[in-house]
Amino acid sequence: MRVRLLFFASLREQLGTSGEELDLPSEVTTVAALREHLMQRGGAYGKAFGGKALVRAAVNQDMVQPSTRLKAGDEVAFFPPVTGG
Amino acid sequence: MRIAVQRHDFDAGAEIRRLAGDGSIGAIASFVGLVRDVQMTLEHYAGMTEREIAKIAHEAVKRWSVIDVTVIHRFGELQPAEQIVLVVVAAAHRGEAFAACEFIMDYLKTRAPFWKKEHRGGAEEWVQAKASDDAAAERWTAKEE
Repeated sequence: MRVRLLFFASLREQLGTSGEELDLPSEVTTVAALREHLMQRGGAYGKAFGGKALVRAAVNQDMVQPSTRLKAGDEVAFFPPVTGG
Repeated sequence: MRIAVQRHDFDAGAEIRRLAGDGSIGAIASFVGLVRDVQMTLEHYAGMTEREIAKIAHEAVKRWSVIDVTVIHRFGELQPAEQIVLVVVAAAHRGEAFAACEFIMDYLKTRAPFWKKEHRGGAEEWVQAKASDDAAAERWTAKEE
């Protein structure tokens, strides 16, 4: 299953990229599992997606919970808590 | 309803006048958010930003039988004292207009995907989200029964 990842703000800077196309291993079926998968890359990813990091997620431009299931072609965005207004 | 996410500045007076003129409108409440004394860059998630703001505005229209709403939010580089955000709400009476205007701002601060980075001297720093902003948005949930 292939998804499109997007990273914003401090997360984008920490990772040094604004996103990528990613083929998910079959066991990665939820947002929480994807976060774990990215964390296991270690380095900047380990830090950015580690347990203490405040990371929000959106799937196809809607805010979602960690338990949200993913499907092929989804646009999955990770970002820190928002600070507009 | 008018939702705009843009780099350029806006004219609050013109936006207010644009909503006036409908005979059913008896009150227009507006809010303008300004940059304080720091230079900043506002990043946003193009596409999702407009969707989230529209959802919030629709929610306000439903809750308070608001007649019309305008929300303009800027992004990009902003200088001290520049305008960042405008919310204009037109309703039959002032109570609805004030409440809906505040509701939209409270939700916008916690749900619309914008991120501020401040520039001070040579240093840059991402603004951290405030728990008080979450609390402000939560108030409206608590009000539901």
